Amino acid sequence: MHADPKGVLTGVHFLDGDHACCEGALAAGARFAAGYPITPSTEVVERFAMRVPTVGGVFIQMEDELAASIAIQGAVWGGAKAFTVTSGPGFSLMMEHIGYAAMTETPCVFVDVQRGGPSTGLPTLPAQADMMQCRWGSHGDYEVIAVCPNSPQEAFDLTIQAFNFSEQYRVPVFVMLDECVGHMTEKVIIPEADQIDVYPRRKTTAKQGEYLPYKSNGDGVPDIAHAGEGHRFHMTGLTHDERGYPAMTVKVQDKLVRRLQTKITNAIEKITLFEAADLDGADAVVLSYGITSRVAQRAIELAHAKGLKVGKFRLITAWPFPDYKIQEIARTAKAIIVPELNLGQMSREVQRAANGACKVVPVPHAGGGVHNPEDILKAIEEAIR
Amino acid sequence: MSAPAAVEVKAPINPVEPFLRMDRMPHIWCPGCGIGTTVNCFTRALIESKVDLKNLALVSGIGCTGRVAGYVKLDSFHTTHGRAIPFATGMKLANPKLNVVVYAGDGDLFAIGGNHLIHAARRNVDIKVICVNNLIYAMTGGQTAPTTPANVITATAPYGSFDPAFNLPALVEAAGAVYVARWTTFHVRQIARSMQEMFAKKGFGFIEILSPCPTLYQRRNKLGDGLDTMKYYKEKSKIKNGAPTSECALAKQGEIIVGKFVDREKPDYIELMRQHLANACPQFIDWYQVEEQRAEEAQDGGCCTQ
Repeated sequence: MHADPKGVLTGVHFLDGDHACCEGALAAGARFAAGYPITPSTEVVERFAMRVPTVGGVFIQMEDELAASIAIQGAVWGGAKAFTVTSGPGFSLMMEHIGYAAMTETPCVFVDVQRGGPSTGLPTLPAQADMMQCRWGSHGDYEVIAVCPNSPQEAFDLTIQAFNFSEQYRVPVFVMLDECVGHMTEKVIIPEADQIDVYPRRKTTAKQGEYLPYKSNGDGVPDIAHAGEGHRFHMTGLTHDERGYPAMTVKVQDKLVRRLQTKITNAIEKITLFEAADLDGADAVVLSYGITSRVAQRAIELAHAKGLKVGKFRLITAWPFPDYKIQEIARTAKAIIVPELNLGQMSREVQRAANGACKVVPVPHAGGGVHNPEDILKAIEEAIR
Repeated sequence: MSAPAAVEVKAPINPVEPFLRMDRMPHIWCPGCGIGTTVNCFTRALIESKVDLKNLALVSGIGCTGRVAGYVKLDSFHTTHGRAIPFATGMKLANPKLNVVVYAGDGDLFAIGGNHLIHAARRNVDIKVICVNNLIYAMTGGQTAPTTPANVITATAPYGSFDPAFNLPALVEAAGAVYVARWTTFHVRQIARSMQEMFAKKGFGFIEILSPCPTLYQRRNKLGDGLDTMKYYKEKSKIKNGAPTSECALAKQGEIIVGKFVDREKPDYIELMRQHLANACPQFIDWYQVEEQRAEEAQDGGCCTQ
């Protein structure tokens, strides 16, 4: 279906990534946000607090991130599309509720505008060091989806995509911004509402008394009911059967946790988004994401100017990790160069997926700024020498 | 003599049964535990107050009382430890037609969830909190809670507790609740009546119900069983409606002041939000009104926008 025009600020705008993300959420139909102030993410909810009364919806500033990350889930089961926004320390506080959203299959979106860590770290400066935390931060086995915008335009587009993924697969979805993209101001084009696809909530059509809240509807994903619709269903973070009843046995655990995994892994090729260029015949491929992809672009251009055969692969979705694309690249390239604003997170995934078929060269940066393109170029040159 | 004719005896249906997930019985609560008693009172209150069950949602946290959500035949949500209140807040704000009840224990509401409780009371969110206070963490084996009185032996206070305890009614009143009452599981009729009164009231309501934990609190402190605790409740409870909550602190086996302590009028959070934004935001669109109209149109079979 198309976006509700009330939430779509059609036009050409000059927005930073945080504000564009907020507009993406409104366009996607989010009418509820709960947040707790934290730099450099607060602008997203500041804008939402200003905009949503004119669109129809609710913003509530909660007492902490634990509250914000569960209030949105209450709102979802009450019938709204909902999201929360945070950064570093606040993201750490939200981990339990990411697991809860995964376990209860609550469609919701978490925006993390990444800053330097650990702990309070660098509140106003960028990093990409929460990539593993968004994948593995809560205890237990589960899958998530994460998108990595590299511009304010993508902050808008991919926030809509994040909501659509969350509704389609009933998982928590992460918009992994960073301080640079969050605070970078660029042109953002917001299309007409009828040009924006919105994935509708998968509402059950079961009759009252026949609804099984956790029975897969074909693709591993169950259909949802809201409170107040007469189904009188139960939902729990405990291991549960198709009725949603607690059932703490090895068999039920196995069936449930495997379904939570395979509903995503079976759809990996449908979910994976990437941007690739010059892969054919490339000696080296630079794999990057988020703000670092824009620095990597400069390094790739410098390499091309030197006559080097260098390809580009940009992760737009970071999770689920596209092993199959990495394997394709590793079969032909000599090396994959992985610059990122951390000391080695997605580069380990690349190493794992490449599995020795080619060299994987991390170009780590501890955060607080972006790479010097020359450092990436140097890594390219050394790798294919 | 002829054999008596077979008479089919129809057992009367327990009026509570339609409110329970009978397919989940037996429950996990111990003999002598008071949680089941409170659920009985809760269902009596629902019957008496004729609440629309379709629009009633029950939210629990974690712990023995947290399991209530799994046994009531309502839209019921078993959330994370301490976070039932913010979950309920989100749900109420997303759909104000829902009557949202939070059913949780003292550890869940006042230790790990204490921050949420005081803020929901401050905002006067229209949710109703039923707190079963057994003075201990029961599910995890009887550790000290923020409600454990002094000189009580617990699993984590083997020499007796010395942490000062919260006085729950005083705390909740200070935070802003519009309705505050306390009873014990001896006071079954009063609990049901108090719940009815609270459900009829708009805003943040709170009922504390003292309940025995014979397995972990009474046994470890050589205070007998569930029945002995009922005798204690009967002998030491004093009904004092309107008592200043500052005088309602509990001590080990001491006097228990019960009754309705607070019943006041204040605009609830949604009312505050709607009134304020209608005045302060020139392009304000009242989402709740829009959603209500949409729901009415859908019910009338009128045209719908989708």
